Amino acid sequence: MTVLESTTLDCDELTTRQVNQALRALPPGSRARILNPRGRHNVAVGLVHHLDISIEGDVGHYVGGLCDGPHIRVDGFAGWAAGENLMGGSVRIAGNASERVGASAHGGTIVVEGAASTRAAISLKGGTVLVAGDAGNFSAFMAQAGVLLVGGDAGEALGDSLYEAVIYVGGAIKSLGSDARVEELTAVDVGRLRQLVELAGFDHISPEDVTKVASARELYNFDAVKAHHY
Amino acid sequence: MCGIVGLLILDRDLEPELGPLLTAMLVQMTERGPDSAGVAVYSEGLADGRAKYSCRAESDLDWDELAAAVGATATDYYGRSAALTGPAGLRGDLESRGVQVVSSGRDLDVFKGVGLPVDISKDYGVPARHGYLGIGHTRMATESAVTIDGSHPFSTHDDLCVVHNGTFSNYFTVKRDLEAEGERFLTANDTEVAARLIGREMEHGRDLGDAIRVLQKEMDGFYTLVCATRDQMAVVRDEFGCKPAMVALHDRYVAVASEFRALAILPDVEHAEVFEPTPTELYLWERPR
Repeated sequence: MTVLESTTLDCDELTTRQVNQALRALPPGSRARILNPRGRHNVAVGLVHHLDISIEGDVGHYVGGLCDGPHIRVDGFAGWAAGENLMGGSVRIAGNASERVGASAHGGTIVVEGAASTRAAISLKGGTVLVAGDAGNFSAFMAQAGVLLVGGDAGEALGDSLYEAVIYVGGAIKSLGSDARVEELTAVDVGRLRQLVELAGFDHISPEDVTKVASARELYNFDAVKAHHY
Repeated sequence: MCGIVGLLILDRDLEPELGPLLTAMLVQMTERGPDSAGVAVYSEGLADGRAKYSCRAESDLDWDELAAAVGATATDYYGRSAALTGPAGLRGDLESRGVQVVSSGRDLDVFKGVGLPVDISKDYGVPARHGYLGIGHTRMATESAVTIDGSHPFSTHDDLCVVHNGTFSNYFTVKRDLEAEGERFLTANDTEVAARLIGREMEHGRDLGDAIRVLQKEMDGFYTLVCATRDQMAVVRDEFGCKPAMVALHDRYVAVASEFRALAILPDVEHAEVFEPTPTELYLWERPR
């Protein structure tokens, strides 16, 4: 197998579009380093082949959004909606993530080594969002499929209007949202958690000792008891 | 949209850098608000009992003549805007002469206009200014027209200043109540209501923090607010955190901005503690003495 050399892209010299076009042009299996992002938005978005991308610094909004394949590591923190609408591959953030990390992600894995802000995994559609620390208010709002794991505490209204996504919380839950309920942890859950914790490298979470939150499924259909009023 | 920035200097050696840093932060927020911009700069220099007035007129005006008529001196001229210095308490007198008082206070200057942040900063010589605290705003108008009236910061009371990203939904109700209590409004803008509400509460003896808590109770809508006085800078976000904010705490400064890229230009920011303010929580930093 040929080992491809690492490409270096410096944001001080390139526009965001140039950076993304250069990444898109790389052959599958390539490695790339992105330097001096300085809070720039839309870095490494819309890439649909296997790449190893290391972003050396803090990024702005939508890092890794819409991707399907690359493994992206941010050596810093990320602004709004990191990994939004991710389809496959992974986004790993070494610092904290701002609002809506993993919003609407259909697939792939998003790992936050720090804490996540409000609305983490909002409208999740099958992706996996793993947060080492706390997650803010309204996390997993209307999440339809996939998993949110919060190593620390979860904020208010966790899992409001939840569909079939499952939430695991290592710490305390400030409050549950409408139609979200705590469920018994099964052997299947523990097995799944073991894999996730190992994948993320979260030694501080013990899979047997988390709280599982899922939908009570009472908001799925309109209640027909008052149908005669209409 | 709109962008906001704030910079409170903790290390006095950094005070000469306030102007250039604030300008650079503001310019980073251009995409969030390209239609108007403004900054407030706090600097020492005047004795107690004296005040600066940032003024604006609807038509050409002899600023020296006007200043002399109220017992003040014009110190800087920017076309239809000017900075006057004189005894404190001239705001009413100036306004009765048909002048719009954009700001007043011992330490405060406000410069604002319509156009790109970089141009407005240059027009008012912001990059050359020294100071211990500055806040700024880049505007993408939603609630009122793109005019200088709608540009932020809003300063309705001495040495108090507010910038706002968001929209208040019940501002007209609050405005009516304030008008009934005697407050007189100069613009149709929702943020002026917020500024007057905070100013009035402080006149009634509340400190900045408590005045902002009154605002949180009275006013509904989406907001990230940065408020400043001679002693403090405060940041607060609505319950849902609809509008962004990032804070950088460093030994030499406290900075806040809508997005990290405005903080990225600050000296040694890689050693700052950077975080996102929690919705509803009030963050307030004191100026060191």
